[in-house]
Amino acid sequence: MEVLSENKRAAIWSIALLFVGLFVWEFSITAQTLKTGELTEYELLTGAGTAKAGVPPPSEVLVKAWQELSNPFYDAGPNDKGIGIQIGYSIYRVLTGYFLAAMIAIPLGFLIGMSSVAYKALNPFIQVLRPISPLAWMPLALFIIQDSEASAIFVIFICSIWPMLLNTAFGVAGVREDWVNVARTHELGAIKTAFTVILPAAAPTIVTGMRISIGIAWLVIVAAEMLVGGTGIGYYVWNEWNNLDLTSVIFSILMIGVVGMLLDSAFGLLQRRVAYVE
Amino acid sequence: MAKSFLSIEKLTQKYPDGKGGEFTVFENASFGIEKGEFVCILGHSGCGKSTIMNILAGLSDPTSGVVKMDGYGVSGPSLDRGVVFQNYSLLPWLTALKNVTFGVAARFPDWAKQRVEDHSIAFLDKVGLSGDAIHRKPSQLSGGMRQRVSIARAFANEPKLLLLDEPFGALDALTRGTIQEELLKVWSGTDQTVFMITHDIDEAILLADRILLMTNGPLARVAESVEITIPRPRTRTDIVEHPNYYAIRNHLVQFLGKRSAELAGQPSEAGATHSPETIRIDKTETAASDRPLLQAVKI
Repeated sequence: MEVLSENKRAAIWSIALLFVGLFVWEFSITAQTLKTGELTEYELLTGAGTAKAGVPPPSEVLVKAWQELSNPFYDAGPNDKGIGIQIGYSIYRVLTGYFLAAMIAIPLGFLIGMSSVAYKALNPFIQVLRPISPLAWMPLALFIIQDSEASAIFVIFICSIWPMLLNTAFGVAGVREDWVNVARTHELGAIKTAFTVILPAAAPTIVTGMRISIGIAWLVIVAAEMLVGGTGIGYYVWNEWNNLDLTSVIFSILMIGVVGMLLDSAFGLLQRRVAYVE
Repeated sequence: MAKSFLSIEKLTQKYPDGKGGEFTVFENASFGIEKGEFVCILGHSGCGKSTIMNILAGLSDPTSGVVKMDGYGVSGPSLDRGVVFQNYSLLPWLTALKNVTFGVAARFPDWAKQRVEDHSIAFLDKVGLSGDAIHRKPSQLSGGMRQRVSIARAFANEPKLLLLDEPFGALDALTRGTIQEELLKVWSGTDQTVFMITHDIDEAILLADRILLMTNGPLARVAESVEITIPRPRTRTDIVEHPNYYAIRNHLVQFLGKRSAELAGQPSEAGATHSPETIRIDKTETAASDRPLLQAVKI
């Protein structure tokens, strides 16, 4: 008998689990609604016959997903925008805050990694600022910046800076002495050494930090947008909750997961590009 | 005494011993190396061989003393002094070829890209690396091949002085043999001055014009300079037949086994210069008359 490859067996298990999960979900909900049975005249008069809001079965979510994804970019006013537009806003905020953070964290990380004085001088600040929940900055950001959009970007900035900063510093400080000596015996200048030896040597650690940061930024943007409102996937989730449209809530939760996975795998690809074996 | 091409004058290295005092690795070490000479330095671990190497490479500074090359004092690392490290020190994210062009491009910044590459390929070819292998990353090469790349990188830069820090220490005996002969082949085509650290007596006899012997540390010194009176070109199989081979080898074994410890640890008077005593062992002059006798024993 031919034995299937590990990947194929895993895929079969994944699909099986998906179907079992959806089946159980679907049936537990239809069973609930069927229980009402025959209604008395009194019950009908008091409105018991109208459907109660409940958790929708997966079939409804799939129909919703099909509707939304077949027209993702429609714009019918502030409370009714396509899922594509909402996600687009969120990605725009995440990437803006994220790249601003990278522009500061990576050079600063280099400095901290290269100079133990800089490390010791900055470490107390990093240790105090790092554990602060990014959303705790929100009131201060709103007051100082006076713009909800920019405040959300600031929150993304502040939450994605730490992993990049610390990983860059760690990666740069850990570059093997031998490789630095190779640069020294070849009379490379400081800038040339940084770009041709230290950066490629530390790149895997730096990109790991970037990957952690983008993950955190995507977690935080949902909460931030629930607070600032207006647009974005976080706002969309909250808005649909206010509309008591749980089908849309579940659909958007799934979309948050899918986009997060795509962002993560993009950095996974980058990580593979810069990896090396000693 | 005429100034040598490379002269090491009163080199002293002290480290704090952690108890407020000082620990002297070696003191007032002085020796010279001529242009085009291949010199090996032998000594037990801890005698400061690697420290001398790092000072020559400019990677560390001595407590006192000077190193002069071509009459000028050296300070800091320079492309004039190429180094082959024991652990290859190849950059793992670059291919073998790129590791060599990295050095060549640094050495000859005004060369065109194609010229840099041709020059690098030629030197990789000299150490027996060509074809597909030069486009592989160091992790995909065996230890021997990695060290070949490292040697090619150093020779391709054509430094005035080439420093080899136990280049074959991490290789198995068979690979070591082949690469030693490849090193000789690359070296013999040039007038490259080489200074090499080794632990291996046979390797030193095969490669060197002269072997510097160091006593044990602390307070180590370069005690002797033994000339290798075996004509070149040498091969591993032929030199053992030479009448001088075992005489020199015995002398070296005796030194490392006994005298390196006996001579160790003598503090020097202030301002003294410790130049090595030159030892020349040559049996060929006297052995001429012995030869018929030896032949008679042979079947």
